[in-house]
Amino acid sequence: MHYTLNVNGQDRSVDVDDDTPLLWVLRDAMNLKGTRYGCGAGLCGACTVHIDGQPVQSCRMPVSSLGTSKIVTIEGIGDTPIGKRITDAWLKIDVMQCGYCQGGQIMAAAALLAQNPKPSDDDIVTAMDGHLCRCGTYLRIKQAIKLAAEGS
Amino acid sequence: MLPSELKKRIAGLKPSRRAFLAVSAAAGGALVVGYYTLGRGKALKDGALNAFVTIAPDNTVTLVAKNPEIGQGVKTMLPMLIAEELDVDWRQVNIEQADFDPENFKGQYAGGSMATPENYTPLRQIGAATRFVLVQAAAEQWGVSASECTTASGMVHHASGKSAPYGALVKAAAKLKAPDLKAVKLKDPTRYTIIGKPTIGIDSPKLVRGAPLFGIDVEVPGMLYAVFHKCPVFGGSVKSANLDEIKKLPGIKDAFIVAGAGAHVFEAEGGTASTGLQPGIAIVADSWWRAQKARDSLKVVWDEGPYAHHSSEFFAQTADALLAKDPAWVYRKDGDPAAALKTAAKTIEARYDYPFLAHATLEPQNCTAHVADGKCEFWAPTQLPEAARGLIAGTLGVKEKDVVIHITRSGGAFGRRLMNDYMVEAGWISQQVGAPVKLIWSREDDVQHDFYRPAGWHKIKGGLDAEGKIVAWQHAFVSFGKGHEFASCAGLDPGSYPAGRIPNLSFGTSLIQTGVPMGPLRAPSENAMVWVFQSFLDELAHAAGKDPIDFAIAVLGKPETKPLGAEVFSAARVLGVLTKVRTMCGWGRKLPARTGLGVAFSFCHLGYAAEVVEAAVAKDGTVTLNQVWAAIDVGRQIVNPMGAENQAQGSVIDGLAHALNEKITFANGRTVQSNFDGHSPLTMRQVPPVEVAFVLSDHEPSGLGEPAMPPVIPALTNAIFAATGKRVRSLPIDPAMLAG
Repeated sequence: MHYTLNVNGQDRSVDVDDDTPLLWVLRDAMNLKGTRYGCGAGLCGACTVHIDGQPVQSCRMPVSSLGTSKIVTIEGIGDTPIGKRITDAWLKIDVMQCGYCQGGQIMAAAALLAQNPKPSDDDIVTAMDGHLCRCGTYLRIKQAIKLAAEGS
Repeated sequence: MLPSELKKRIAGLKPSRRAFLAVSAAAGGALVVGYYTLGRGKALKDGALNAFVTIAPDNTVTLVAKNPEIGQGVKTMLPMLIAEELDVDWRQVNIEQADFDPENFKGQYAGGSMATPENYTPLRQIGAATRFVLVQAAAEQWGVSASECTTASGMVHHASGKSAPYGALVKAAAKLKAPDLKAVKLKDPTRYTIIGKPTIGIDSPKLVRGAPLFGIDVEVPGMLYAVFHKCPVFGGSVKSANLDEIKKLPGIKDAFIVAGAGAHVFEAEGGTASTGLQPGIAIVADSWWRAQKARDSLKVVWDEGPYAHHSSEFFAQTADALLAKDPAWVYRKDGDPAAALKTAAKTIEARYDYPFLAHATLEPQNCTAHVADGKCEFWAPTQLPEAARGLIAGTLGVKEKDVVIHITRSGGAFGRRLMNDYMVEAGWISQQVGAPVKLIWSREDDVQHDFYRPAGWHKIKGGLDAEGKIVAWQHAFVSFGKGHEFASCAGLDPGSYPAGRIPNLSFGTSLIQTGVPMGPLRAPSENAMVWVFQSFLDELAHAAGKDPIDFAIAVLGKPETKPLGAEVFSAARVLGVLTKVRTMCGWGRKLPARTGLGVAFSFCHLGYAAEVVEAAVAKDGTVTLNQVWAAIDVGRQIVNPMGAENQAQGSVIDGLAHALNEKITFANGRTVQSNFDGHSPLTMRQVPPVEVAFVLSDHEPSGLGEPAMPPVIPALTNAIFAATGKRVRSLPIDPAMLAG
């Protein structure tokens, strides 16, 4: 099937099966590799993107359900004011170890700050708890979110 | 170094491992220096002074990162060593990841926390030798003595006021003879401008933009996608499958049975050998999603092999029966533990068990391979490309020299990517279809076809004299393997602390043979053994009526004492971290009800760590971690404090996941868990503050991938005992057991 998706502000056409998860459309049909496969079951958050501003796990989102939604990925989030503050904070603290989950972490953090510019510790934990980091960089993730929130 | 030697060295299976590490450490890098050359034998790029350093006319310096980056920070840290002695500004440095290139680079692996000890001196020497020829070139041009020249920020200066950027000197310098690496003079550490400065990861700016750095991100023109469906039962093989149906599905390019080849891990003696190619069904498609989806239609008749009856219950029952008898093999015996137990003033006995664990790297195993038309090219997240090359060559029937391996960034590794099973699978599939193929394992493949951290069951009897000194330690455990050969990472080092400090001590084992693949997981062996030993030491401290830290210091004895089999062990360094952590945590302070502090320490991978956990246990058994303190001694210099703290905190958090969350079980010869809902790393909600302090001691710097991990598990369970009087003797912690 032919689909036109709005990704990072651009309309892009792809030809994929109806049930293809957005994750694999982004990665393999659009060559946007920053959205990452971790579990395929909505359990790890590595594939988080924004759909109309909401954080969504793209591994569970069939392409046929997207319609004209506006999709933002890790490749595009740095161009938004909140995304820029978050990625700057991520770099200042150097959150990363392997970095594989960090795209999803940043997307979740950006959605949190968009809805709640000054989150408490509990707010951060509630928003981020499903996002697994196998390297265990959670303390720096928390710190970076707070730093980004200060700059708002 | 032969891959087999390297594997032993990293995986830490054999009783002699520590001795082997000791040889390397005692040589202080001298042993390693011999491996390094300035790499002029091979064609070098324009501006290259050697295999590590290239300088462009605009004075941009490109340094090669030779080792695999798996999140431990070596792609940044190793070039920092070169840059420091080359005397350049870090901001003028670019870093390139090396391919596997044994002609130019040695020790291209990630494992055993060895990158720092193996490279700390040699890479500084590389930097200094490169600086030396640049200075020499300037001196010759100016007709002055090199000794009158100085360098800073990538420039050579002379007292006369003359100066030149390195970029202008490269051509002349490239013609000069490089000095003997061992003879070059290294900087006084007080002059360091890069080493010891918090430095952000060189790839971090790319990572926050989602750049395609990982193996799973590789794209090759004309590439197809594959899944490889293996028998869920370990040791099983394929009888038949509905391949004709599969081939008719949309986008499917091919589907075929792979019979398997080489030494199957299950068939090798004790399960210790390197893996071969496992049997299974390859499905190749024009997209990964289509290949993966085709598995829903796959119908396979398996031959489940000899281990289909193995299960976690079977292992536990077998272990129970074996522990009721004398161990089949006693491999360390000091004095007469049985007699000493009879005459001891007080004796205690305890059993401990811990489960199998998966690595569950967040990036599943994957590899892109192109094996066709005489090409044999691989792109993979691998910790051990040297072993991959041997495995691929042997299995595919190609020459080692024709195997090209591009090392990609790894989305976590933790020992999993020391095994290169996914690489040989991708190579085999590519060879069959004659096109480049990207193989990606699903998460389910990854959890169900791991080389698991072995489970174990221990029975220990300890005896104290009237003064509360340990006089007897009789230790039997059940593990995996065959005869007197442990399965990979299923052994207990005969030098394990406190062996050598107790007059009457024995270690004995009985082994179960199974088809379950086992292998190294971060801090192999120690990740389980330190929990057992440091828990039982805590039990003995309480039995003796002593404070656990005072007791630990008393057992340690004179700082010079060395246990057999662990020559590099330093009691003084243990004392250093123990006393530091005691201060950090406010040991002995008054705590609320059902709250406790627990302490433990370990020596592994050349590093020393003592950790304290403060835990609170609710009436319903829920454990809350209030705080962790970690004091770590990895020598006199932390190369990159930014990465070092991250590694230490991550190690602690990894250990806490072992204690609280993770467990792999088996039923009918197969793994029960299949995704993160069954085997989860710690989540943010569970993570306590982790305060890290590095104790600098006058020893060669060593690595941080592993040493901070093992002690946090016993520190936590000892804290639970302090809070509740209940001793956790089975992992992961069962809150129900702590209720009430």
